[in-house]
Amino acid sequence: MLIKRPTDISPSEITPRSLFEQRRHFLLGASSALAGAALWAALPRSGHAASRLPAYAPSPFSTSEEKTPLKAVTTYNNFYEFGTDKSDPAENAGKMSVQPWTVRVEGLAGKPRTFGIEELLKLAPLEERIYRLRCVEGWSMVIPWVGLPLAALLKQVEPLGSAKYVEFVTHYDPAIMLRRPVLSWPYVEGLRLDEALHPLTLLAVGLYGDVLPNQNGAPVRLVVPWKYGFKSAKSIVAIRLVEKQPRTSWNRAAADEYGFYSNVNPEVAHPRWSQATERRIGELRKRPTLMFNGYGEQVAGLYQGMDLKANY
Amino acid sequence: MASIEREKPLKPSLRTPPAAAITAIKLLVFLLCLLPALQLLLGWQADTLGANPVETITHASGTWTLRLLLITLAVTPLRRLTGLHWLLRLRRMLGLFAFAWGLAHFATYLWLDQFFDWAAIAADILKRPFITVGFAALVLMLPLALTSNRLAVRRLGGRRWQALHRSTYAIAILGVVHFWWLVKADVLEPAIYALVLAALLGMRAWWRELERRRQLAAAVPQARGNGRVVRIVPK
Repeated sequence: MLIKRPTDISPSEITPRSLFEQRRHFLLGASSALAGAALWAALPRSGHAASRLPAYAPSPFSTSEEKTPLKAVTTYNNFYEFGTDKSDPAENAGKMSVQPWTVRVEGLAGKPRTFGIEELLKLAPLEERIYRLRCVEGWSMVIPWVGLPLAALLKQVEPLGSAKYVEFVTHYDPAIMLRRPVLSWPYVEGLRLDEALHPLTLLAVGLYGDVLPNQNGAPVRLVVPWKYGFKSAKSIVAIRLVEKQPRTSWNRAAADEYGFYSNVNPEVAHPRWSQATERRIGELRKRPTLMFNGYGEQVAGLYQGMDLKANY
Repeated sequence: MASIEREKPLKPSLRTPPAAAITAIKLLVFLLCLLPALQLLLGWQADTLGANPVETITHASGTWTLRLLLITLAVTPLRRLTGLHWLLRLRRMLGLFAFAWGLAHFATYLWLDQFFDWAAIAADILKRPFITVGFAALVLMLPLALTSNRLAVRRLGGRRWQALHRSTYAIAILGVVHFWWLVKADVLEPAIYALVLAALLGMRAWWRELERRRQLAAAVPQARGNGRVVRIVPK
């Protein structure tokens, strides 16, 4: 089954809202999971703006703030494997082949296994989550992700009682990626198990109603909206349940600047710059940065009794 | 030095271009130094400076400050290596453009980046080492800009003027440190600037050492060679 859609829209253009909503209604009406999975598999990855995502529902976790235009979200990226300039990932990430793609879920789990990307999509109903994203560099965006809670995946493998942390390993292919050891490759990130299981923690597979562009971490990435952006690992190939706090790439590079937690915190400055304010992409004046990026109500409980200055 | 040609008549050539050619070259360099500003202005108008135009302008103005500092510092070595002594006549303008771009960089930070949030700016300058060194470099450039005229040279006297203007070396070092300390992980670009600066300063150090040896040889002729001057640099 193919959904015919005009192919004259370049991916860099923003789909008008009216079209967006039409498509969403249509997709919601379609028999979702089966049709969706078939769609994902059937369509080529380098097509035009036709959606290749299964149906998804809106989420109460979404913010109503103005979304950052798709063009900005897809041309201003930190994905160091494809180059350290903001424009490098959009230029170079096209070399990455994201189909087929599997994610190994291993470590301290009762039922460790490898998931194909199509299986991942069927683990839970997909949701659109419009989240704020705050980069450690002092800029922010509002991004409509599509994905499922990471908890839905972790439940499948039955974490053992000894599992305290989750480590995320991302794709690294030196043939098409940076070889200079700017960071320790492959890029590794990590969360505490309770952070990973938190309902806000998203395994994103889509952006603006379409599959993730490569530069945004296709085909599957993490989105942890209350932490600085670098915690949200892109193009994940392995998820490991472990006992000890993982040694993450940025923490190895500069432990005094990039702590394991890296929760958005306006009161704890990066050693080289203040984190009190941020520039929302598209705006000129800076705005105050919110504690936990504005998600304190949902996540502050995870850190009760912790000194957030020491555990930055 | 090999390049001293006292006795030759001054025929117009690459080494001795006519005055009109120098004026034309000066005008060209002047326009080239302004070109990036025009690009940024047009880009701002047309919204083609990327998703974060303030960052683009901040980086571009900082980069041009550093490039022009290095180009200014390249004049003397280039002159010495090529014998094109008229290059010296471009140096004041290049140095002043370095200062102008530095001012533009600082103004971008004050206005577009911080919107005159003086408390935040003061905290940055005092507490963020990379901003401290960048600010120090700009402050050090001010006396050089103010004494970049003939009157100042006359008043200070050539030696003192030259001594003052040697602080350009320190300014360039601070500029590279400023760049190095602000990058998150990838130091490739600041490392390139550091290498170029090291080469420019290294050449000066080496020539100074040669001169020292020459003078030493000239000062103690009795010690070696029975009163003859031992020449290190061939005539």
